[in-house]
Amino acid sequence: MAENKETKPKKEFSLREKLDEFSAWFKKFLLKIKFDVWKGWLYLLPCIGLLLVFTVWPIINTVRISFLEGYDSLGAIGGATFNVGVGNFTRVINAPRFLTCLKNTLILCVLTVPISTILALIIAVCLNAIKPLRRFLQTVFFLPYVTNSIAIGMVFAAMFKMVGSHFGTGNEYIQTAGIMNTILGVFGVKPVNWINEGSTYAANITVMVVYIVWNALPFKILILLGGLQSVNKQYYEAAKIDSTPRWRVFLRITVPLLSPMLVYVVITGFIGGFKEYSSIVGIFGEGMGAPGAKGSLNTMVGYIYDAISNTQYGIASAAALILFAIIFVVTMINLYVSKKKTHY
Amino acid sequence: MKVELKNLTKIFPSRNKKAGGEVVAVNDFTYVIPDGKLVGLLGPSGCGKSTTLYMISGLQQPTGGSIFFGDEDVTHLSAENRGIGLVFQNYALYPHLTVQQNILFPLQNLRGKDRMTKQAMLDRALEVAKLVQIDNLMDRKPNELSGGQQQRVAIARALVKMPRVLLLDEPLSNLDARLRLQTREEIRRIQKETGITTVFVTHDQEEAMSISDEIVVMKLGVVQQVGKPQEIYDNPVNLFVAKFLGTPPINVFNGKVEGGKLYIGAECVLTVKGVEDQEVTVAIRPEGFNLEENGPFTCQLSNVEVMGRDVSVVSKNDAADSPVIRSIVDADNKIDVSKAEVKFSLKPHKVFLFNKETEERIYFEV
Repeated sequence: MAENKETKPKKEFSLREKLDEFSAWFKKFLLKIKFDVWKGWLYLLPCIGLLLVFTVWPIINTVRISFLEGYDSLGAIGGATFNVGVGNFTRVINAPRFLTCLKNTLILCVLTVPISTILALIIAVCLNAIKPLRRFLQTVFFLPYVTNSIAIGMVFAAMFKMVGSHFGTGNEYIQTAGIMNTILGVFGVKPVNWINEGSTYAANITVMVVYIVWNALPFKILILLGGLQSVNKQYYEAAKIDSTPRWRVFLRITVPLLSPMLVYVVITGFIGGFKEYSSIVGIFGEGMGAPGAKGSLNTMVGYIYDAISNTQYGIASAAALILFAIIFVVTMINLYVSKKKTHY
Repeated sequence: MKVELKNLTKIFPSRNKKAGGEVVAVNDFTYVIPDGKLVGLLGPSGCGKSTTLYMISGLQQPTGGSIFFGDEDVTHLSAENRGIGLVFQNYALYPHLTVQQNILFPLQNLRGKDRMTKQAMLDRALEVAKLVQIDNLMDRKPNELSGGQQQRVAIARALVKMPRVLLLDEPLSNLDARLRLQTREEIRRIQKETGITTVFVTHDQEEAMSISDEIVVMKLGVVQQVGKPQEIYDNPVNLFVAKFLGTPPINVFNGKVEGGKLYIGAECVLTVKGVEDQEVTVAIRPEGFNLEENGPFTCQLSNVEVMGRDVSVVSKNDAADSPVIRSIVDADNKIDVSKAEVKFSLKPHKVFLFNKETEERIYFEV
């Protein structure tokens, strides 16, 4: 405020004086309250405010609701009170549908995280080894990352789908096995019913694994390639001089030196895997399963969403906390295992 | 194992792609590294010394010429098949492996008939570790070691598979001054004990002179002079070599030869027989000056630096190439610092004449 002194016209003189008085007082006030500390908090305020409203409060509220028996949002607005208890949790755990969701999520996690990590590692090492086309291929491999996963899912669904329709009269029935089956047919594989009505659970999971792995690759490749490029080339020259076989260079030098990135990729992979939802919607639609077997591929997050849309907030909150506990435990195990094997 | 370099040439494409052209890093290098000797490749940065080392190692392929280890032509043999040990400038120790695992690493790569038993490997690693005196650090990780210790581990790793040739890239550049002195003696000792032909690269002339059996002085990819350190110091073939070796550096003057006499400025400082009359560059080693009351060479005295055993006389002369002349004389000489002038006579074998244009040495008789 004081800086504007010269630029202000003279007629505002009295106002100026008042402002100066105020600013002098304000400065003293700031000194009194140790403004250095307050300034820091002041800058953080917008961010903290938003976090409190949109992250911290929902978390607290989730915990609160999960322990309220038979919680009902309309009732809550009306002033109803609810007993505190673990009824929501027992109901979730005893629900067969929840167990299906848990099983699906675990199967997808256990299959996709290792496969995608190993594939990403191999691709990153190969990409790092070539010179021509590297930039181009890097972009190609990164494309899935910037594409909408529902859209990708629809494309995958189209590729795996068998298309059949009655054409013209009733006797003219045209059926194609789908792009994937056609390609597999070249190698002599019989057409498989991947995702159509009557498809097996194993076929459905296979499609999901292929899609999730493909979708997870770009991020992992990016992280691992970044890690590889920061590895000192002289380690490889030293290894070369010591006539180290390629596989040994890979296992004894590349992998250990990449271990911090690998740990990161695995942990985020598991966290992402436990939250799997949109990929299944992408391929199977909101039915979360092949036609005729709705919900057979539902996941934990899907279960939570279902509960919310049925206004069973207590159930949704309890399921969310269970999911959180699982992710927390798995991440801890990951960190514990990796600490022994990681070189930082 | 003697190492023979024949017309070794390395040409890099120019960095500036638009302008095209190429950079000759090493030009027609022919030299035989004698068996079991320690040889220093010496030169300022960009002189091609490291490139030469990496060509010997096989990590870089020469553009022309050939390399022999003994009688075996290894020019087109890749690095892993040459049987060399290389110590990198920053050591390149595997950070995730302990000292022992680092040293064992090359042994574990051996296949077929060379494969050693586990115990034999451990014994061999310990033996080498003892040689470089790190046998008490075997369980440490590289980041728990000092620079000097890392250096020793790197040497141990290079030595453990009994290389035919040991190559060291700027082995002392990452160490502090005191450690450098210690380590260079250490390298000398290890080399003598193992008897492995060793080549090392350095830009520090003192380092090269102090431990090498022979040194190769290089400039812009061209070998300037090869020989025993003292010989090169006493007998430089051109001005570059004379300037590059010796601390304090050699003093350079503009002079001329007339009627068998050498003039610096207007003063006749030395008789030089067998030299045609011409303008010359005169280079005088700091220890080539004698204080003499009626000496022929007069300089303006600036100050005197006492170094205990010796005294460094700092003076000026209009004909000098550098702002000050440094001469080192015995501390027994009494110098009157208040005087404006100091007079020297010159030791003829410490005075070198060079052609003004070509900078080649002009030999003279006293």
